[in-house]
Amino acid sequence: MFANYDKIIERISLNQLWDFPGGVHPPQQKTLSNQSSIEYLQVEKTYYVPVKQHIGIEGKLLVCEGDKVLKGQALTTSEAPFSVPVHAPTSGAVTKITNHVSAHPSGIPELSVIIDADGQDTWIELDPVPDYAKTSKSELIERICDAGISGMGGAGFPTHIKTNNSKPLEFLIINGIECEPYISSDDRLMREHAWQIRQGIDILVHILQPKQVIVAVEDNKPEALETMSIACQQKINYQVVSVPTKYPAGGEKQLIQVLTSREVPANGLPIDVGCIMYNVATCYAIADAIVEGKPLIERVVTLTGEGFKSPKNVWARLGTPIQSLLTYGDYDQSQQSSPRFIMGGPMMGFTVTSMLTPIVKISNCILVPADNELPHPEDERACIRCSACSDVCPASLLPQQLFWYSKAKELEKAEEYNLFDCIECGACAYVCPSEIPLVHYYRQAKADIRNQKEEKEKSDKAKIRFEARKARLLKEKEQREEKHRLAAEARKASLSTDGGGTKDKIAAALARAKAKKEALAKQEALAEKEALAKQEALAKQAPHIADLAESEKTKAVSVSEVSTEVVASQTAQGASPAKDSPEDDAAANEETKEL
Amino acid sequence: MTLTVFALAAIALLALIFGALLGFAAIRFKVEGDPLVDQIDAILPQTQCGQCGYPGCKPYAEAIANGDDINKCPPGGETTIRELSALMGVEAKPLDAAHGVEDVKKVAFIREDECIGCTKCIQACPVDAILGAAKQMHTILIDECTGCDLCVDPCPVDCIDMVPVEVDSSHWEWKFNKVPVGDIPIRQMS
Repeated sequence: MFANYDKIIERISLNQLWDFPGGVHPPQQKTLSNQSSIEYLQVEKTYYVPVKQHIGIEGKLLVCEGDKVLKGQALTTSEAPFSVPVHAPTSGAVTKITNHVSAHPSGIPELSVIIDADGQDTWIELDPVPDYAKTSKSELIERICDAGISGMGGAGFPTHIKTNNSKPLEFLIINGIECEPYISSDDRLMREHAWQIRQGIDILVHILQPKQVIVAVEDNKPEALETMSIACQQKINYQVVSVPTKYPAGGEKQLIQVLTSREVPANGLPIDVGCIMYNVATCYAIADAIVEGKPLIERVVTLTGEGFKSPKNVWARLGTPIQSLLTYGDYDQSQQSSPRFIMGGPMMGFTVTSMLTPIVKISNCILVPADNELPHPEDERACIRCSACSDVCPASLLPQQLFWYSKAKELEKAEEYNLFDCIECGACAYVCPSEIPLVHYYRQAKADIRNQKEEKEKSDKAKIRFEARKARLLKEKEQREEKHRLAAEARKASLSTDGGGTKDKIAAALARAKAKKEALAKQEALAEKEALAKQEALAKQAPHIADLAESEKTKAVSVSEVSTEVVASQTAQGASPAKDSPEDDAAANEETKEL
Repeated sequence: MTLTVFALAAIALLALIFGALLGFAAIRFKVEGDPLVDQIDAILPQTQCGQCGYPGCKPYAEAIANGDDINKCPPGGETTIRELSALMGVEAKPLDAAHGVEDVKKVAFIREDECIGCTKCIQACPVDAILGAAKQMHTILIDECTGCDLCVDPCPVDCIDMVPVEVDSSHWEWKFNKVPVGDIPIRQMS
């Protein structure tokens, strides 16, 4: 299906790989943290579990404040295709469901479930798959989704979407590159849990049926390379490949280019060139989910930088606030003039805004640099057009041009220069002699373009709704007019067809109404007269008590009113039998109303 | 003499042919509506708020096509004025303050326990973004609300607020000076 499959297999077996353009060689600093094995942490007191930890839509909440939860219990459920559930990291009580500072550069609070641990750490009843080879693909994919697995390499793409593939697939690539300096979480995971990663790969092979599996490890991790080779040696179509160290070789598109020389098209996916890629930590989590039945509630996090007295890798539960990780790594305050904690590596990470920022599915590293280790960025200076940035761009873009257009807010131009193919690796900013934070400009421009597109969509929708409403109002008005016209015509028609009869009936009805009115008036006059006579009589009887007379007067008036009402109702009752027939009466009433 | 007749006949014939051709083209390639109005309308933000003095965005688009000023649209702000000036070939002017000032994006919010169910706001809403019935509580469909403000005045009990739209992390514009947050370390010293 793709042209050069055999050649790729041949070159991979000879370990003659291709290369991607650009790239940089920053100092590795991996030995800082990769010397000791991954440590388990004690159960925290409080966990802050963000409801959304991946790209897509958040799941629907299943728990309420005050609920008791067990370790591994689902807190949300996946309703939309792109939503991934999250799970309780330990047993305890949900104390609050509120907005909590997010593990995002902005730190904007996002909906999180706050769980107070009860210290028991009791697992929910686990439901492992006895034999995945005999289980249907769709069930396995559903289990991967229910276990809350999303890509753990950095992007956080829902794994079940990627795994639900129907296009032709040649290469299943397992990404153990970990090209960013300082980070060693995947390195330690491969060294210590190669067998379980292999199980995860087996499950993926069962679901996806690729022709060839390539496990790619950067050559600065010889131990991991060895353990992975041992774990995969029984399988003929599994090939463990050592990839030359260069940043960002771990980028999805870059690694595909290194291994297969195929380029993923702009706006395309790796599957368009017959590849699918998973991170080693994702494979580990898949094995956990299928073989053990455990959902994704913890991940390996590297605690590194000279700000830590004992840098290391730890198994951190998702939702652990970074302040407790600082305690585990022995944070040395004297190394920093002002506190500065970076989530992620030095190239793509971001400075966190709060000590309570939680660990999420994509957080692989907490970097606490000493002051002289990773200096604060200086003020940017003018671009000198040295073009060092375009030399190192792994996506073969023109960073200078993108910078100009992004800065000048010429977003259309920036898009024309393929801004959206930028992987934000930071290589350009790393080499820039003018210290321009180039990626920052690109991110702003990207956000602006995305927001503008959304606005445009919204305004188009508003326009449609506005026009639909206008059309509806117009239609309603026309219908009303039409109804009136029809009614008037019907009236005219009925008048002209049996003209005399109807006219007589109207006249009779009018006469009846008039008679009723006159009778009423007469009765009223009579009552008034009576009241007056009464009053006069009273006045004669006691002319000296004026006050009394006054009160009597009001009484009399009210009496007269009551009597009038009584009389009126009597007249109405008396009048009806006098009419020709009840139907006539109704008809007459109708007609008077119409008139 | 014959020469003149020939000349006249030839010119008359040509006139007939071209006339027929033009007439045919006028019918065959007839453009429905005014394309310029549609282009202008596409630039306007479609809030239908009427702050420009016209009953909706389309009427304002027609007015601009007929030579009205391009700086009467506060919801569109500077961006819209810039795009309009590029389209119309006129100079971009600052926003006319008489029609309002550019504001942050807002949506209407009904304080529901104060709503008496009078349906007046429903009738005022240009995009049918209010849900409710007579004597029943009303509520706003946030996703449809354009923030036009037109429902606020008709409300007899003043229970409608215009609430600024909160930025979430997926809409955040990476403006560190607006949100007090940390920087991204993208430079590493060797």
